[in-house]
Amino acid sequence: MKRTIIPEIKKEMIYKLAQRDCREDDRSPVESRPLTYEINTIGTAEGSARVKLGKTDVLVGVKLQPGEPYPDKPNQGVLMTGCELKPMAHPGFESGAPSEESIEIARVVDRGIRESKMIDMEKLCIEPGKKIWMVFLDIQVINYDGNMFDAATIASVLALHNAIVPASRFDLGDDFPVPVACWPLTTTFIKLHDLLLVDPTLNEELSADLRFTVSIDDNGDFRAMQKGLKGSLTYDDVIRALDIAQKLTLGMRSRLIKGE
Amino acid sequence: MTDNIKLIGKDGLRLDGRKADELRPIKIQAGVLDNADGSAYLEWGNNKVLVAVYGPREAQPKYLQNPAKAIVQVTYNMAAFSSDERVRPGPNRRATEISKITAEALENVILTNQFPRASIDVYIEVIEADAGTRCAGLTAASVAVADAGIPMMNMVSSCAAGKIDGQIVLDLGKKEDNFGQADLPIGLVARTGEIVLLQMDGHLTQDEFKTALKMAMEACKHIHGLQQEALRSRYAVNFADMDDGEAEQ
Repeated sequence: MKRTIIPEIKKEMIYKLAQRDCREDDRSPVESRPLTYEINTIGTAEGSARVKLGKTDVLVGVKLQPGEPYPDKPNQGVLMTGCELKPMAHPGFESGAPSEESIEIARVVDRGIRESKMIDMEKLCIEPGKKIWMVFLDIQVINYDGNMFDAATIASVLALHNAIVPASRFDLGDDFPVPVACWPLTTTFIKLHDLLLVDPTLNEELSADLRFTVSIDDNGDFRAMQKGLKGSLTYDDVIRALDIAQKLTLGMRSRLIKGE
Repeated sequence: MTDNIKLIGKDGLRLDGRKADELRPIKIQAGVLDNADGSAYLEWGNNKVLVAVYGPREAQPKYLQNPAKAIVQVTYNMAAFSSDERVRPGPNRRATEISKITAEALENVILTNQFPRASIDVYIEVIEADAGTRCAGLTAASVAVADAGIPMMNMVSSCAAGKIDGQIVLDLGKKEDNFGQADLPIGLVARTGEIVLLQMDGHLTQDEFKTALKMAMEACKHIHGLQQEALRSRYAVNFADMDDGEAEQ
């Protein structure tokens, strides 16, 4: 986010609100923004989801193509995750090669999905050592108001759960659903001085000393974590954050499974 | 094998049931993004296009600045998942060309001389492609520039005509584009009749070209009405709905 600054007075306001357990959009510190989503709106994608988390609007498309396996995993499919932060979504984003920021987002989302073993990669093998399915997960932000990590993860998981392997298009038999098992979800926090807030807006992100994301599987176990920005966390901060994240992802997961 | 595909049936209708001079359904919405100065969303058949506009703002880097007028910069991009084959992210030669001709078309109608040293940046994102994305992009971009409140003389409307099975038709679909014999996308300033974008590929005789161009121009006039309607429904105020105090102000 080049050239994106936040006035000191606004930063101060956000902190003062947080000290009273308040947010600029009237949430509590441990409350996510309202979530809405649409599934498979993109006809050309094998699976897609558009997720709105507050004003953050993210579109994820899944494409599958036959390809060669990695030599060390000859009977496993391959997952490739990309993220593009385009000027469309915010004037602070620039066209061109992926920024550090977008690479970090793609890698954190990828890690949550990969480490949870959400996709059964062995079922994506066509011919051991020769041919496997490559799963491309492309994240595109349409409107940015903070917390790409959670919005992109939810959209990616929804898109994968609704994706089809286009085998018939490549003369490789009948189409079948992408073999997915679980619902890895993330919760992202920021730290303002000594206070933790979940699901930060852009203003909150710009005021933050630190950002922390944790990915949690269906059993409430942790699958990936990422600390960003220059600030630091105490042991108590981490434990408290993980506790909040478990509760939030549990509620979110049951909601998504029910299709709400 | 390509010769075996019949694009026009015995009843004279096309694969998707359209008549020769019939457009696919078009839906335009203005002002759909929060952070952009102007924006538009357009669905045209299965094409889905989002456009964001920023500016006039200081042109960066500085050597791009023109001391006499604003520059218009367009970035046309197809999302990775927008097509049957995954599109590799990043600019390619096709996108670069489309960006350039779209910018040149828009420069015709934007009053760039009012904003020396400034830049007007237009970002066209094709999120689902179904042939005719450059026309969809330019049409939506005009609405987005207007939505940004940037002074302009007119809007540009865009549409393609082409040839399939030896017959001139309007607005080629994906199969028609792949297996047809010609494609002629144009951009028109509907109120003045100026053509500000014109490309062609394939094979057309002189008569065929005239028929196709006229057909595309007529369609552009219709599309211009849809663009106006999109802006009207975003900004029109119904004075009857206001209470008296507000109406007097």
